[in-house]
Amino acid sequence: MFLKTKELTKKFGGLIAVNDVSFSLEKGKINAIIGPNGAGKSTFFNLVSGSHTPTSGQVIFKDQNITKLPPNKIAELGIARTFQTTNLFEQSTVLDNVKVGHRLRTNSTLLDAVLRTKRFKKEERKCREKAIEVLDFVGLTDVSDQLAANITQEEKKRVAFALALATDPEVVFLDEPAAGINPDETEGLAELMKKMVDRGITVCLIEHKMQMIMKLADKIMVLNYGEKIAEGTPEEIMNNQMVIEAYLGGSASA
Amino acid sequence: MAALLNRRTVISGFILLALVFPFLTKNSYVLHILTLAFIWMIAVYGLNLLAGYTGYLSLAHAGFFAIGAYSLGILTVKVGMNYWLAFLSSLIITCILGLLIGLIALRTKEHFFAIYTLCVGYIIYLVIDKWDGLTGGVRGLIGIPVPAGFGPLSFEKPLSQYYLILFFLLLTVLMVYRIVHSLSGRTFIAIRNSEELAKTLGIATMKNKLMVFVLSTLFAGLAGVLYASFIRFIGPDIGYITITFDLLMYLLVGGIGTLAGPIVGTLLIVWVSQSLQFLQDYRMLIFGPLLTLLIIFYPRGIIGAFYEWKIKRQEKKRMRALIKNHKDAEFPTANSVPDKKVKEG
Repeated sequence: MFLKTKELTKKFGGLIAVNDVSFSLEKGKINAIIGPNGAGKSTFFNLVSGSHTPTSGQVIFKDQNITKLPPNKIAELGIARTFQTTNLFEQSTVLDNVKVGHRLRTNSTLLDAVLRTKRFKKEERKCREKAIEVLDFVGLTDVSDQLAANITQEEKKRVAFALALATDPEVVFLDEPAAGINPDETEGLAELMKKMVDRGITVCLIEHKMQMIMKLADKIMVLNYGEKIAEGTPEEIMNNQMVIEAYLGGSASA
Repeated sequence: MAALLNRRTVISGFILLALVFPFLTKNSYVLHILTLAFIWMIAVYGLNLLAGYTGYLSLAHAGFFAIGAYSLGILTVKVGMNYWLAFLSSLIITCILGLLIGLIALRTKEHFFAIYTLCVGYIIYLVIDKWDGLTGGVRGLIGIPVPAGFGPLSFEKPLSQYYLILFFLLLTVLMVYRIVHSLSGRTFIAIRNSEELAKTLGIATMKNKLMVFVLSTLFAGLAGVLYASFIRFIGPDIGYITITFDLLMYLLVGGIGTLAGPIVGTLLIVWVSQSLQFLQDYRMLIFGPLLTLLIIFYPRGIIGAFYEWKIKRQEKKRMRALIKNHKDAEFPTANSVPDKKVKEG
């Protein structure tokens, strides 16, 4: 078993944001979580990545219980995530921005930095090489020397991917990667996700763009009011009565 | 490479100027003010690491400045310790207190952090003011010795003190420069940009924040220690809130989160403040509006505005090159520029 959640529940006061969700990721595949606004998708992400601790239930990663671990420890284990918006250091180049992604695999301290020790130089080089590698992977080699302030929205999304990849992850959680970009660019990001899977990285994403999901995902989980209402392949989900109701039956918002 | 060389020459030029400055002026008052400004700069660099690079605006820095100064004062005057031993001990005391306060203060964020540290700063001031037995209360401490000499080097004269303090300033700048341009520095910047993202990148944010906090109190403490043995008299006023806001003003005017900001801001404000001395307290009537305007139009200070201008210029150049290439490739006839402009808009 790769990564799974067992009866995961999160309550914010009286509100149950995620209710009793058990889900397992398919290793080496693209997994997707969909659901109407407020269904608890982002909260689910936050629980898995350690940003929130669940009220009850467990998160298991490779037979290890990671439920109570802080986010930085979870990242060290090889679980990366992106956010809907990524704040970059605008006065610095894209390359410099991405370097910090590999920080968790280095040990140099402040003293190393001040004294410019051998370890410092070795690790600076390592982070630089990693940054160049992941920027090449996401197709941003051309803009790597530009200041982060001057890159486009789509390029920023790719930088967010690059940052996550620089942590050497086994699984990447992507929170609405295609929000706010046009269809052509969405296509490009979908390609990128496939490329990540080809590299052996498991992908799990939240997305609102249905067409993209149905073409892309191998496995889909549908959340509604914090509960899992369906799970399966895109075909199964498309024909699932409960899903159709959740999206079309209740309100016109979908 | 050319840019680096350029920057190198600029920096060496400034260092050289600072070195020969005492020979350019015969006015000992100017030298005194400049030495004081150097001391403030060291404290501002400390504040900059924390507020500028890590995003935690501490308003307790006058407190730590005072802790450094008073530690040295008490250890030399009352305990009679060897100067450099007292110097080192004062820095260690400041760091330990910084660590303890940081452990609590860093549990808060943003405005709450600022308010909490403001309170801490005021409490430090009160303790110094009221603890007569230890600090001399409102009477302060007098007769703090000048730094003890090493062999032929002695720091009795203002000129030698000037060089000693310049040395510590350069050391501070070098340290801060190296930290900012390192993985550690990038870690701090990542925390400033988004603590949540930093955490998911595997950064132990609390540990890093605590490190910066202690480091920043170390610089404040160092400034305090140098101040005490330069002025040779200290009173509780040096820990008062106004000093914190002076430091903050230097940082804001120069440029928060920039390397040259503390120097530019401090020099400018100290110089303007000295030139407007004849207006007495009315000079605040000029300062206030100027500062407000600066923050409205250049929230990242003078150096920040300079960088912004550079970024814009670079972007414009790139766009122009892009348009030119585009034009050459697709529209051999020249009238394609207006087209392109419409598209951009």
